[in-house]
Amino acid sequence: MATSESEPRIDGAAARPGEASAYSVEQREALVPLYRTMLLIRRFEEEAARAYAQGKIGGFLHLYIGQEAVAVGAEAALRRDDYVFQTYRDHGTALARGTSARACMAELYGKDTGCSRGLGGSMHFFDASRHFFGGYGIVGGHVALAAGAAFKAKYRGEDRVSVCFLGEGAINIGGFHEAASLAGLWKLPLVLVVENNSYAMGTPFSRSSPVEDITRKAAGYGMAGDRFEGHDVLLVRDRIAQAVARARAGEGPTLVEVLTYRFRGHSMSDPGKYRTREEVEERKRFDPVPLARARLLGWGIDESRLRALEQSVEDEVADAVRFAETSAPAREDVMRACVLAERASDAGGRA
Amino acid sequence: MRSIRYREAVREAIAEEMERDDSVVLLGEEVGHYQGAYKVTEGLLERFGERRIVDTPIAEAGFAGIGIGAALVGLRPIVEFMTWNFSFVAFDQIVQNAAKIFQMSGGTVKVPIVFRGPNGAARQVAAQHSHAVEPFYASVPGLLVVAPSIPRDAKGLLKSAIRDDNPVIFLEGETLYAIRGEVPDPSADELIPLGVARVAREGSDVTVVAWGRPYHTAMEAAERLAADGIACEVIDPRTIRPLDEETIVRSVRKTHRCVVVHEHWPYGGPGAEIVDRIQREAFDDLDAPVLRVSSLDVPMPYAAHLEERVLPSVERVVEAVRRVCYR
Ligand SMILES: Cc1ncc(C[n+]2csc(CCOP(=O)(O)OP(=O)(O)O)c2C)c(N)n1
Repeated sequence: MATSESEPRIDGAAARPGEASAYSVEQREALVPLYRTMLLIRRFEEEAARAYAQGKIGGFLHLYIGQEAVAVGAEAALRRDDYVFQTYRDHGTALARGTSARACMAELYGKDTGCSRGLGGSMHFFDASRHFFGGYGIVGGHVALAAGAAFKAKYRGEDRVSVCFLGEGAINIGGFHEAASLAGLWKLPLVLVVENNSYAMGTPFSRSSPVEDITRKAAGYGMAGDRFEGHDVLLVRDRIAQAVARARAGEGPTLVEVLTYRFRGHSMSDPGKYRTREEVEERKRFDPVPLARARLLGWGIDESRLRALEQSVEDEVADAVRFAETSAPAREDVMRACVLAERASDAGGRA
Repeated sequence: MRSIRYREAVREAIAEEMERDDSVVLLGEEVGHYQGAYKVTEGLLERFGERRIVDTPIAEAGFAGIGIGAALVGLRPIVEFMTWNFSFVAFDQIVQNAAKIFQMSGGTVKVPIVFRGPNGAARQVAAQHSHAVEPFYASVPGLLVVAPSIPRDAKGLLKSAIRDDNPVIFLEGETLYAIRGEVPDPSADELIPLGVARVAREGSDVTVVAWGRPYHTAMEAAERLAADGIACEVIDPRTIRPLDEETIVRSVRKTHRCVVVHEHWPYGGPGAEIVDRIQREAFDDLDAPVLRVSSLDVPMPYAAHLEERVLPSVERVVEAVRRVCYR
């Protein structure tokens, strides 16, 4: 397990002694909604896994369970009009952006009411209205797209930032290298967030990279680099905020490596023989969701308040499942219409 | 004859050729320690060791190119794509290098390499993971394209592909891996030559050409049509390039009607190529236009019922056969 030198692990059990006084009341309050969103992602995906086992969801289902603090912390560092791109492990990112649990669950069920109208499925969530430009299935293929959104922001003189999440398995592929090369050269307002969850399918990071610290690549691309543990949502928020601030100020891209862990298999079909139960159990001590809860309690937030919030998450997820189950299936006419956008000539315009 | 699964047939071909020839080496993602994403290479790491069963990071252009480079100087690499969808990032290496070096070098440098992996749709894996790639590769001179439908062909053709001195695109199928079929004992060392079609079912009323998953769809349709008194002759070309035109045309001369069933999109590709050759070589023998049953002309949707709608189905094959038979 890789441990960053700059940021020693805190114990997952509780808040650090005397920590509460280091945070203002507002800062402490800010953790409440972040905890709620992490819990929403967790519970959403647990229900999705159940529906998958019942055959109600098909294809690949890559769960984000264990990594929630990354998407939620990053989102808290972003403005609503910033651009976001993610891999196929995209449920958490969409929910953090504010896409409804209903639209997400309906997508998994292949329903017309899904966020990609049942055409995309788990791997291809989109919510353009929230500037979430998708989950992508080809490793490394989306990194240049995020750089392209950053290019647009710079071109138009907007102070928007583009964030791209990718797995540590993506750092060897050409798509990553070429996108990073251009983003560094052109000082694009881009933040590359490598979610290093220790495994690319069954390949431990040590077998896919001869160098442990991914951010060492940043120098070669002319980027800033930052590397830290990803189980503390506030820390994730604050560190990514620094990268976002640099990008917004025109200082160019940052290569961020967040050390995290997925508690579930690569996808639902992964037998997971490449790691031990003990290893997974050990990592669960750093589960970001109970960690945030313990911290809130440690800060004196009322447990009854948390219970009410947790109940509201249960209700929201149950509602999403009901909505997905009762929604109309994805439509063939929509499938046929979604090959090309309407063209000027179709609309009676002149070619 | 014993019966084994398609994935075991592929594995046996790899193992036998590795046993026979130390220059055969396997490179790909999760082929070793993980035992293969689809368990095709299960046990090979234990048997041949890390020198010859090489787990690669996710870098298709890199390891495809390394395979080609090693082939130039004496190895006979097998490069596995976890699925053919991921070959597009290595397209440049395959098309610009593997397919061209023999010609560019005036015939002095050979490229004995096999690129293999599952092709086509699996189940509900949506737009980026469901390509039938044969149109892309079959259009390139300098490549051989093989698409076995049954275990025996998978084994015999793969052994021939590994021994061939040219780059071979070898298309398997996730939905084919579990299919069982008779395969001769390893002692038979059966090699099935590339470029020779197989008449899978004889019949006098209509020729049906199909490979890969749609081959099984076509066979099922033939069975159903037989009950209604329509006798299909099903031809599995097995190799897409070079195409065994002779066997197909001979059959059409006999039946006077033909339906081509394929998973790739309808625009061009091997499906259209086959129709073109039939109209040139057997125009006077035809009693009906040659029809094709293909995937619909859309990116693959996720929803199960739509995916089913997109892929060639038994019903659509039956309907096309009835149309060319005018009944
Ligand atoms: C170009 C390409 N090659 C192979 C794959 C198959 N594949 C899907 S996910 C994956 C592992 C990726 O691991 P990582 O980037 O670390 O992300 P994680 O799944 O851990 O989030 C592989 C090999 C792919 N999708 N794209």
